Amino acid sequence: MGHVQPELNLSPKVSDEVRKTTCYMCACRCGINVHMKGGKVAYIEGNRDHPVNQGVLCAKGSAGIMQHNAPSRLRAPLKRVGPRGSGEFEEISWEEALGIAKGWLEPLRAEAPEKLAFFTGRDQSQSFTSFWAQNFGTPNYAAHGGFCSVNMAAAGIYTMGGAFWEFGQPDWDHTKLFMLFGVAEDHDSNPIKMGLGKIKARGAKVIGVNPIRTGYNAIADDWVGITPGTDGLFILALVHELLKAGKIDLDYLARFTNAPVLVNGDPKSPEHGLFLKDDDGKPLVMDRVTGKLTAFDKPGVKPDLAASYRHAGITHKPVMHLLAERYLDPQYAPENVADTCGVSAERIKRIAAEIARVAFEEAIEIDQEWTDFRGEKHAKMVGRPVSFHAMRGISAHSNGFQTCRALHVLQILLGSVETPGGFRFKPPYPKPATAHPKPHCKVTPGKPLDGPHLGFVHGPDDLCLKDDGTPARIDKAFTWENPMSAHGLMHMVISNAYAGDPYKIDTLFMYMANMSWNSSMNTTGVMKMLTDTDENGDYVIPRIIYSDAYSSEMVAYADLILPDTTYLERHDCISLLDRPICEADAAADAIRWPVVEPDRDVRGFQSVLCELGAKLNLPGFVNEDGSQKYADYADYITHHQRRPGIGPLAGFRMGETGLTEGRGDVNEGQLDSYIANGGFWSSHVPDQGLYYKPWNKAYQDWAVEIGLYDAPAPYIFQLYVEPMRKFQLAAEGHGDRQPPDHLRDRIKHTLDPLPIWYAPFEDGRVDTEEFNIHALTQRPMAMYHSWGTQNAWLRQIHGHNPMYLPTKLWEQHGFKTGEWAKVTSAHGEITVPVAHMAALNENTIWTWNAIGKRKGAWALDKDAPEATKGFLLNHLIHELLPPKGDGLRWANSDPITGQAAWFDLRVKIEKVDAVAEAHPVQPPIKSPVGQGPDELRWKVET
Amino acid sequence: MTMLPEKTERKMGLVIDLDTCVGCHACVISCKGWNTENYGAPLSDQDPYGANPSGTFLNRIHSYEVQPESGPAQLIHFPKSCLHCEDAPCVTVCPTGASYKRVEDGIVLVNEKDCIGCGLCAWACPYGARELDQAEGVMKKCTLCVDRIYNDNLPEEDRVPACVRTCPSNARHFGDLGDPDSEVSQLVAERGGMDLMPEQGTKPVNKYLPPRPKDRLNESPREEIDILAPLLAPVAEEPKGFLGWLDKTLEKI
Repeated sequence: MGHVQPELNLSPKVSDEVRKTTCYMCACRCGINVHMKGGKVAYIEGNRDHPVNQGVLCAKGSAGIMQHNAPSRLRAPLKRVGPRGSGEFEEISWEEALGIAKGWLEPLRAEAPEKLAFFTGRDQSQSFTSFWAQNFGTPNYAAHGGFCSVNMAAAGIYTMGGAFWEFGQPDWDHTKLFMLFGVAEDHDSNPIKMGLGKIKARGAKVIGVNPIRTGYNAIADDWVGITPGTDGLFILALVHELLKAGKIDLDYLARFTNAPVLVNGDPKSPEHGLFLKDDDGKPLVMDRVTGKLTAFDKPGVKPDLAASYRHAGITHKPVMHLLAERYLDPQYAPENVADTCGVSAERIKRIAAEIARVAFEEAIEIDQEWTDFRGEKHAKMVGRPVSFHAMRGISAHSNGFQTCRALHVLQILLGSVETPGGFRFKPPYPKPATAHPKPHCKVTPGKPLDGPHLGFVHGPDDLCLKDDGTPARIDKAFTWENPMSAHGLMHMVISNAYAGDPYKIDTLFMYMANMSWNSSMNTTGVMKMLTDTDENGDYVIPRIIYSDAYSSEMVAYADLILPDTTYLERHDCISLLDRPICEADAAADAIRWPVVEPDRDVRGFQSVLCELGAKLNLPGFVNEDGSQKYADYADYITHHQRRPGIGPLAGFRMGETGLTEGRGDVNEGQLDSYIANGGFWSSHVPDQGLYYKPWNKAYQDWAVEIGLYDAPAPYIFQLYVEPMRKFQLAAEGHGDRQPPDHLRDRIKHTLDPLPIWYAPFEDGRVDTEEFNIHALTQRPMAMYHSWGTQNAWLRQIHGHNPMYLPTKLWEQHGFKTGEWAKVTSAHGEITVPVAHMAALNENTIWTWNAIGKRKGAWALDKDAPEATKGFLLNHLIHELLPPKGDGLRWANSDPITGQAAWFDLRVKIEKVDAVAEAHPVQPPIKSPVGQGPDELRWKVET
Repeated sequence: MTMLPEKTERKMGLVIDLDTCVGCHACVISCKGWNTENYGAPLSDQDPYGANPSGTFLNRIHSYEVQPESGPAQLIHFPKSCLHCEDAPCVTVCPTGASYKRVEDGIVLVNEKDCIGCGLCAWACPYGARELDQAEGVMKKCTLCVDRIYNDNLPEEDRVPACVRTCPSNARHFGDLGDPDSEVSQLVAERGGMDLMPEQGTKPVNKYLPPRPKDRLNESPREEIDILAPLLAPVAEEPKGFLGWLDKTLEKI
């Protein structure tokens, strides 16, 4: 038939209304436009005005409509009626639920507040939940940083006042060479993709360092398929090459870092390795102008990187000397690290040469005057356009802290931090460790804790130890086992509570953490710990309260469930007091608000805490007359003030003459102002303050003005981290607070104030000839941990997770498509389907993280592939290292921060006959929400 | 048989950059969301929470491993949707006239009212770009968001296909490939944009930009690499020599 065209309506109505809020499909916190039709959510797209995503949106974000309507949503508070782990519950009222919680918690607070352990998982309201815990009075609070990326965050803050992601970002608009080490894809999600897009559009180069060539590494111009756990050694070999060639920014190092600071060189001195300081406690440098000892920050000083200082028989050398002596050592020569790293010496040299070429031959100059903290005026902003990004790939090792330190030191040696084309901080960072609180742990029954739980220690005096020297916290954070554990150790809470080590607890209260499944090491063991009983038949962990929006695996292991809302039904604030959404050019914060009201008997967890806090008479949550202070979380967000004029939200505060930003009084209409502004607020950094932020007068003054600091706080970068040396000194026998003898050698070795590399701990505890394969997981771009699988659209993309094997192992074992392998670690074994992947380190196998599901969870059919062929690598990873016969429980964690060493895992594999289901097979749990429908024809009709 | 227009006024289509696509599936889901809610029947999903979930998608990403003669293997993410061919065999094979190519812009569409779900067009398409919706029994395919790109109810900057608007890495570009001066045509010219399976004679409008050469810092002939980055010349081998260099260099600052 001939060509005919029907009439089309090319301008159909898109929606009745667009409501702008913040995504929560992963941790990235993008702005979204929620299109409403007939009062229902019809379509979700990115918000073009939003600082994080500027309109784009990833697969998860676009699939939010399926999450919001997921059949796995919990419907009402639940009380356990069957044994723990069975999933047998009855629905109860909120009145009864909160009555039960009060009945359990009130006596604890009166007698022993530490018997409540409150850990909040993937919480985005930590400044609020920690405030609640602090008012309760328990020292046992943290979120999930300890099993995520605390190594990166803490190493960054101790070294330079911030790390990647929430702390800072590459200068995407100017960088000419970008080097990316292993990342969990949502750390962060859209901004990295947008940045890579900008780099690619300019034809600039990307080097990917990752054992696995997927995702970002797939588009890298050069891929370094490094051996897992050796990134630190590779980075220090680059440092070796750059030092040897003199390709470091001496002017930058002298002005802005502690490279010129003088260090006590007398091995007999109790101050050996500490900085020479003046009477005001300021580190001293030699001034090249006067040749005299001078405080590092004195106006006009020209710090000397080369000169030593001898006084009273003690030689003090600048940090630069120690650094040169350390890294020029042949142990860091490319030839000597190549085999360990699995990267040829030639390649390491070429990469070092390329970094040097771009940094020093393609330097950027921006015509922008600025004034530094010593009062010196600079006509230009000069940059070294090499930038880096890394997150969990290098963090989640027992050598992760030092590896992250090494990467930060590399950036600083190049002069590329806070200069054009390099790495840029995002407000409220830069913020050095000294500007953060110290950890607090002093418990007084019936009273609040003596201060914030988490913080940064500066020496043994700051550890969280009881008078008898035992750990004050259930997770043993801030102890000699892991002194600088800035985010706590959530992965040790259940294990320690079960072992009664350091003490027993009564109630475990958790939020958004799937601890009986993918969020724990040793998953089978954790399920046993949660269900095991003592000689009286009582549960070893007596009471468990859990809050989640969905029917996750953890729900079955709680006694009381407080059902949360979906992210489109709630208030939240993405606060500058917490994990903000700023960009390098601007301070910003944001809200979530209920774009729809819940159609179930569920409540936002934070609102529940407002009510429970009042029922428990917690000081921050009641008025003077004892009545409830905050009706709900929205009320708290609007009215709470942390310091005078500083609240959870910095935008649209009330000034003397009208709306103001940063500091200001409570504004009753603040949330409405946010909603009218698209769900966020942002304020631009002045042009003079855009780079050199830690030292830039214009930036510092602006930061004070909007309330990020109370006074200008310039500082220098810490190539050499003196607090680490203080722990070493204690281990050497100096000082009153002494580590236990069994930890002395480890502290002396690992808490080196200059970055070192040592083999992952597991290598020293297992036979590396037998367990000669590294095993990793990655989070897929289209799925956020366990949440994704309940999403009907996303599970069609990632419903299967075979174990990917490199060509060498595939051929060595004679595998064929569709076959199965038994994968064994020192701790356990799993039997799983395999697949071949060539673009992979030849000794590394991997699978997608958290695809495997328990039968009965997430409203999935028991025959769902996630529950039959899906599997977790977690069964192979223990929270403790293999015993070494000393009777001690050695955590499988970084010895400095306590970060879970997920990626140290070593395994062996063998081909086995195909099985019907991946092993271990867990019995089904009863679903409290039933199962999802057989078909979806999703369309909101109006 | 259904006739194609003799020519179209414009050749609207996509340019997809394989050097930049990270395989994140943002375009896949954004497309699913928009087209479930808009043009024609919703894109249904069968057994969505069960053992064999299977739904209708107008855009999917395939990943292929490539093993070059030398150097490490590579992974290419390849988004695929209707290429809006000039000689679209899916149109000419249609027995009812339901499949057609628009004369204004070259977009290939299915008029769902006339579609009998016979599936001939899906067989005829060499790219596998059409999917029969199992719930509705009609053929679904990329519409190039014909209900967005001219939609007066959307802000002008949003009048692009949903997949292009959402792509985080900016790997997807939309425009008139019939206009040699358009941004997309310029991009194709600069980057050596390619037709998919040109031997099929379908004259696809959509173009793919090939991945750039990779792993250039690998071991390869010295003279080639030296142009990129000569190996570093040492200023010192030992700490003592280094400190001497340091002192000399600081004098010059």
